[in-house]
Amino acid sequence: MKKVEAIIREEKVERVKSLLEDLGYHGMTLTEVSGRGRQRGIPLKWGSKEYRLDFLPKMKIEVVVIDEDVSSVVNAICKGAKTGEIGDGKIFVIPIENAIRVRTGDSGTSAV
Amino acid sequence: MSINNANTAWMLVSSALVLFMTVGLAFFYGGLVRRKNFLSTIMMSFFCLGLIGVLWVVYGYTLAFGPDKAGIIGGLNFFGLIGVGQSPSATYAQTIPQLAFMAFQGMFAVITVALITGAVVERIKFSALMLFSIIWFTIVYLPVAHWVWGAGGWLNKLGSLDFAGGTVVHIAAGVSALSLAVLLGPRKGFKEKEPMEPGNIPLVALGAGILWFGWFGFNAGSALTSGGLATSAFVATNLSAATAALVWMILSWIYRRPSLLGVVTGAVAGLVAITPAAGFIQPIMAIPIGAGVALLCYHMMIFRSKTNIDESLDVWAVHGMGGTWGAIATGIFCTTAVNAAGKQGLIYGNPKQVLIQLIGVVAVWVFAFGMTWIIGKFVDKVIGLRVSPAEESVGLDISQHGERAYGGNLR
Repeated sequence: MKKVEAIIREEKVERVKSLLEDLGYHGMTLTEVSGRGRQRGIPLKWGSKEYRLDFLPKMKIEVVVIDEDVSSVVNAICKGAKTGEIGDGKIFVIPIENAIRVRTGDSGTSAV
Repeated sequence: MSINNANTAWMLVSSALVLFMTVGLAFFYGGLVRRKNFLSTIMMSFFCLGLIGVLWVVYGYTLAFGPDKAGIIGGLNFFGLIGVGQSPSATYAQTIPQLAFMAFQGMFAVITVALITGAVVERIKFSALMLFSIIWFTIVYLPVAHWVWGAGGWLNKLGSLDFAGGTVVHIAAGVSALSLAVLLGPRKGFKEKEPMEPGNIPLVALGAGILWFGWFGFNAGSALTSGGLATSAFVATNLSAATAALVWMILSWIYRRPSLLGVVTGAVAGLVAITPAAGFIQPIMAIPIGAGVALLCYHMMIFRSKTNIDESLDVWAVHGMGGTWGAIATGIFCTTAVNAAGKQGLIYGNPKQVLIQLIGVVAVWVFAFGMTWIIGKFVDKVIGLRVSPAEESVGLDISQHGERAYGGNLR
């Protein structure tokens, strides 16, 4: 099992969500986050003065998937979240030791 | 005539009520946008209180209400309030100080300019909006106010009735909103149907409540006296808002669920429609006027949402079309039994009044749409109408004003 953690643009959440649903992943967690990447925010102009806007609002989607689905899930998120501009976000894949469904006590891949 | 203290007191209170409407509008619009644009949207209404508040006194009042020039515009006799003092005007509102009449009319100019901003939220450059507002106020609002309300104005002489600004305020603002929105183009992500949910509907409701409250000054104040006519307009105003709120709620219930946004939008539409009619009709006629406007504007809003036009907060559907229905309804329901200065309408055997009302509607539609288009093109050439894509993405609060609606490290 792996956790796919994607930090993406707010306005792309709906598209990513529906692409994940197409792959059969309905369960996911969504969090509002602020962050910045290598560019340290984005440069803006006010008159002739330049300034840098630091932390930008983003959305974090977390979804736990079985190993075989990692690449298709990552591809789906890339497809849904991409604009080609700086600030499209980042995806992290993290190993998961176990998963337990609280209601039934099921564990392992059947609980994902 | 001499000054009547009761009338003066009511007009000063009414002026303050109409001022408060612009604050209500700021929150009505502010709550409807995404939260990264919350503050900038409030700013668009609030800065009008400053800008138009000054321009009106310096040259606005005289161009609208100065001595008539060919039915088109007022003369410059009252430039900088020369001759406008504590004694009544010779022409308008002869029982209150001319300063009170001037102040009251100024509040209308402020909110009319602020109304347009609902069409361009989340993407217009603030400096461009400011330049647009100055020009629009000068060459659209002032002439139209003179045509309709100025002694000698051509629509006034024709017998076109507009009690409190259905044509001058709502049609002018609503149609200009449509024109400017088409010129400016849709928000980023609008064509891709990205979600653009309102950021705070409770504040929209509070804003609408303030608008409703302030509208008593707008309509009942337009009697320019504090007696029976003001009372009649007051009752009609409330009844139309109530009817439209109720009908809109039922419509949204039929199609989906009874929506809070629906009730408050309905109330505003009801207030718009009764505006030109308030002091010319029997108050009970506010029921058909309010029900009619809810049915019309609800479907206009659905129609607009199916087009590619991002007239973002539906200023045209509610104010433009609501004002159009109100102006026509005035011609249907008006009666001299309520206001001797009015006319008999269609249901009292005078269908010609509907035609006269239609002339006013068409004239202001064409003038407002065309002039706004020209002004918009000019402003686009001079400073550019739109913010850059990056500025639009981060929101206008930060990119235009360097402030945020909510503090803290997270957003």
